[in-house]
Amino acid sequence: MRPFKFNSASNVRDAVNAVSKNDSAKFIAGGTNLVDLMKEDVERPTELVDVSRIDLRQIRSEGDSIIIGAMAKNTETANHPLVKMNLPLLSQAIFAGASPQIRNMATNGGNLMQRTRCVYFYDTSMPCNKREKGSGCAAKEGLNRMHAIFGWSDECVAVHPSDMCVALAALDAVVRVEGPDGKEGKAREIGFADFHRLPADDPTRDNTLKHGELITAISIPKNRFARNSYYLKVRDRASYAFALVSVAAAAELDGKKINAVRIALGGVAHKPWRASKAESFLKGNEAVAENFEKAAALELEGAKPLGHNEYKVELAKRAIVRALQKAVR
Amino acid sequence: MRYIGKEMSRVDGVAKVTGKARYASEYKVNNPAYGYIVQSEIAKGTIKSIDVSKAEKLPGVLKILTHRNSLKVEEQSRQFRALQNDKIVFCGQPIALVIADTFEQARYAANLVSVEYDREQSATDFDNLGRTQTRSSPARGKPAEEFEAAPVKIEAEYSIPIEHHNPMEPHAATAFWEGDKLTIFDKSQGVYGVRGHLARSFGIAAENVNVISLFVGGAFGASLNVNYYPFITALAAKEVGRPVKVNYTRRQMFTGHGYRPYTAQKVSIGAGSDGKLRSIIHEAATNTSSYEDFTEGTTRFGRTLYQCPNYDSPYYLLKSDLPTPTWMRAPGAVSGAFAIESAIDELAYKLDIDPVELRLINYAEKDPDSGKPFSSKELKTCFTRGAKKFGWERRKMEPRSMRDGNWLVGWGTATGTWGAFQAPAGVNIRLNNDGTVLVGSGTTDIGPGTYTVITIIAAEVLGIAPEKITFKLGDTDLPRAPSQGGSLTTASVGSAVYGAAGEVRKKLLSFVDKKDGSPLFGAKFEETELADGNLRLKNDPSKGIRIVDVLKEAQMAYVEVDYQSSPSPERQNYTTMAHGAQFVEVKVEERLGIVKVTKVVEATACGRIINPLTSHSQEMGGVVWGIGMALHEATEIDHRYGKMMTTNLADYHVPVNADVHFIETEFVEEKDEIVNELGIKGMGELCLVGIPAAIANAVFHATGKRVRDLPITPDKLL
Repeated sequence: MRPFKFNSASNVRDAVNAVSKNDSAKFIAGGTNLVDLMKEDVERPTELVDVSRIDLRQIRSEGDSIIIGAMAKNTETANHPLVKMNLPLLSQAIFAGASPQIRNMATNGGNLMQRTRCVYFYDTSMPCNKREKGSGCAAKEGLNRMHAIFGWSDECVAVHPSDMCVALAALDAVVRVEGPDGKEGKAREIGFADFHRLPADDPTRDNTLKHGELITAISIPKNRFARNSYYLKVRDRASYAFALVSVAAAAELDGKKINAVRIALGGVAHKPWRASKAESFLKGNEAVAENFEKAAALELEGAKPLGHNEYKVELAKRAIVRALQKAVR
Repeated sequence: MRYIGKEMSRVDGVAKVTGKARYASEYKVNNPAYGYIVQSEIAKGTIKSIDVSKAEKLPGVLKILTHRNSLKVEEQSRQFRALQNDKIVFCGQPIALVIADTFEQARYAANLVSVEYDREQSATDFDNLGRTQTRSSPARGKPAEEFEAAPVKIEAEYSIPIEHHNPMEPHAATAFWEGDKLTIFDKSQGVYGVRGHLARSFGIAAENVNVISLFVGGAFGASLNVNYYPFITALAAKEVGRPVKVNYTRRQMFTGHGYRPYTAQKVSIGAGSDGKLRSIIHEAATNTSSYEDFTEGTTRFGRTLYQCPNYDSPYYLLKSDLPTPTWMRAPGAVSGAFAIESAIDELAYKLDIDPVELRLINYAEKDPDSGKPFSSKELKTCFTRGAKKFGWERRKMEPRSMRDGNWLVGWGTATGTWGAFQAPAGVNIRLNNDGTVLVGSGTTDIGPGTYTVITIIAAEVLGIAPEKITFKLGDTDLPRAPSQGGSLTTASVGSAVYGAAGEVRKKLLSFVDKKDGSPLFGAKFEETELADGNLRLKNDPSKGIRIVDVLKEAQMAYVEVDYQSSPSPERQNYTTMAHGAQFVEVKVEERLGIVKVTKVVEATACGRIINPLTSHSQEMGGVVWGIGMALHEATEIDHRYGKMMTTNLADYHVPVNADVHFIETEFVEEKDEIVNELGIKGMGELCLVGIPAAIANAVFHATGKRVRDLPITPDKLL
């Protein structure tokens, strides 16, 4: 591992200032992904600013939203009564990710910041535009069974690895960040759909954060999905595996009629993929398998599979149907 | 039997769970330095230049070994050796060793070593590699003609990707020199093999090399052949004049010790409509490296499975620009069984005969290859008892005929077989006059429970309680014994202990059989036994003397015996094998292709069971391993670069707890007086052999879909 400076920040302002001053400084919280990447020589920060001691661990109700602190651990978030009761979809998604040990260390803010698990990104001897701009994308014509079917570019076909983020995308979460430009205690708010980005011509950027901006909390609007939501993850083994395809599905029903519905997919794109075509088809329609299938087919029309992941198109369709069936049951 | 066949917890269990058991990189040595391996980024070519100047200047860096300054070894073997020349023969080949005061300094410096290559096109794509035929047993009968003539035929092709052992403990060594004497703590399955290798490497006498491997955190064949790191660890220690530790990273393990080769198989079965097998042609091809031929006998065990008069088993090698494969749990047998036992299942459906019944119709009462009798074979009982326990009679033959909600239910079966091997083994027994015993043998215990079972055997044959017995292994200072591989340790070392105990008894008797007034006056050796701490008459246990008293009266502090056992010549007249029947239930999510192995019943006939507790653990381990092989494991290669890409435990999947459900094991004991005096066969490989096929067969029963290419991932079932 390359030598680096390590500082611990006690408040948001100090943390933001410290990272802002150094272009190759990074925040570290749980470190479950960053430390791995440093060992692999993929991430090479010269300075780490530890934000895990900053008091951003609260999970609380605030007006029409539930606020989960950026430094709250994944495990405590998934187990928190407010989350379990009001946002079971989020709780399920968190439990579908990683392993208990990792969830105990990983923070909510860090979960949003984790990087793709593309094997070429992790291997410094391989071309990878995400790791090294302009070096090429080895995955596009290489081993891409795990890769994107939506929204990829010639520069990058990687997928976002998080489960939690798929639920947050479905639930229209808002990310609160503080940065060097802002006023103290005054957060910039980024809608979840705008937080992660598609690779386009710059896959080095996973999200729209500016250097020095720190996630302080995630705000989730209260909703009426608690009764009818389901997180389905299809993976190669029963635990501790990234999604082949995952689906966060939530519905608000009036008898058989769907008043509101949210569907987001994981494992299919560079960001959690909101299935808006499927959603608009289903809204106002009946919650029956036939409609679920139509909606899924509609959503997958735009899919562009690669050499090894054709199966994801069919799997995603079936997973959407199954998740909706489980959600409305 | 007082101790054999009774459950006993591991004698090394407490040391293991309290951290007292030391593994290769954990030994406390004075002022160790750390070596970090630099690996080639290309698969084939030549090192044009290697620049270590930046790395050398870093604080803490002591020395950087490359092919330019390393010790060159003249060797007959074609086995890969590190740092011998500028040729690159596989991606990930070690090209330098950075030695520094700390591991992190060494790893950082390794990043700064810059290398230029002359790159050549590598070949790793198995479908496009040339085949060379290798030695295999001659055909029996006329397989091709009989296959053509058979009224019912099955022809199918199967493939298994490269798989890696991935034991918990990464490979490591700690080495230091005292003059020209080398001591090395190594993660090894055979300390004597490592000793010979290192003695040849440094041109020193074998006696000057002490190899110690007291605890091994799993190996499964990955430490059976000598790997490249013990040599460079010892070399580094010599060069920097202090102890050196070298530890593979998880990624380095994928190129550091071999792997189960990629396997392509074709099975052609001809049968009568009565289900009787007429001909089997089992063809296999496995990959090897460019510099060494490795064959694992993929088609070997299939030949003895069924009473089939015509059989051929050609074997081919595929030369690739990858490191040489090696032995991996049930090598050859499990890969071969996946093909043969899947094909038999396919035949069962074609004939509409129950898969268990079809196996019994073709049951081999004698070894069909040699015509010799089996020394024992309770496979039929395994099938009947296993089937009963599993509830097989409730099975409906038709695929997709059983379900549980959204989950299709399937039941599958397969046979497992492995040789009952034995090798020469040495043991030293020292029985002290305080009643304690020291038993030593230079074998290893990579996890099956050898420490415990040999203690049990020693207790039984010496008639002394296990608590009084200390068994030592894993050290070249102990008598030569076989490496732990091939499921032969208990049979080999156990037989040595049995023989040595006879010698101990002989010596003890010699102290008392000529003494007037001794209860054993005039007793003959055959009439005596060691039991309950006594030397006594078999048919009159009241006539005996406490063993400690024998020694005290003879004014002996101890008796000591060195004993060398060998497999009995009588074995030559028999085929010695172990067998098992495996029954599996899977549930497959109808729409999503997710497979759960919800129930496994494993009935095993492998001679006498020494310790039911550790045996049960072995069997469960085999089942879990089989789940991994059937559903999860694959080392994927990017053939453009000749590089293995899934080289960590996030991308290389092995089963986790959530993948493992109900496993039941049953031992059908065999009283085998041929294999060895104690009737011991092995089981560590056997318990795995039929599992992948049984799972694949159950998946077919559940879904109607035959997956012939492992692993069976959800995408293959959509």
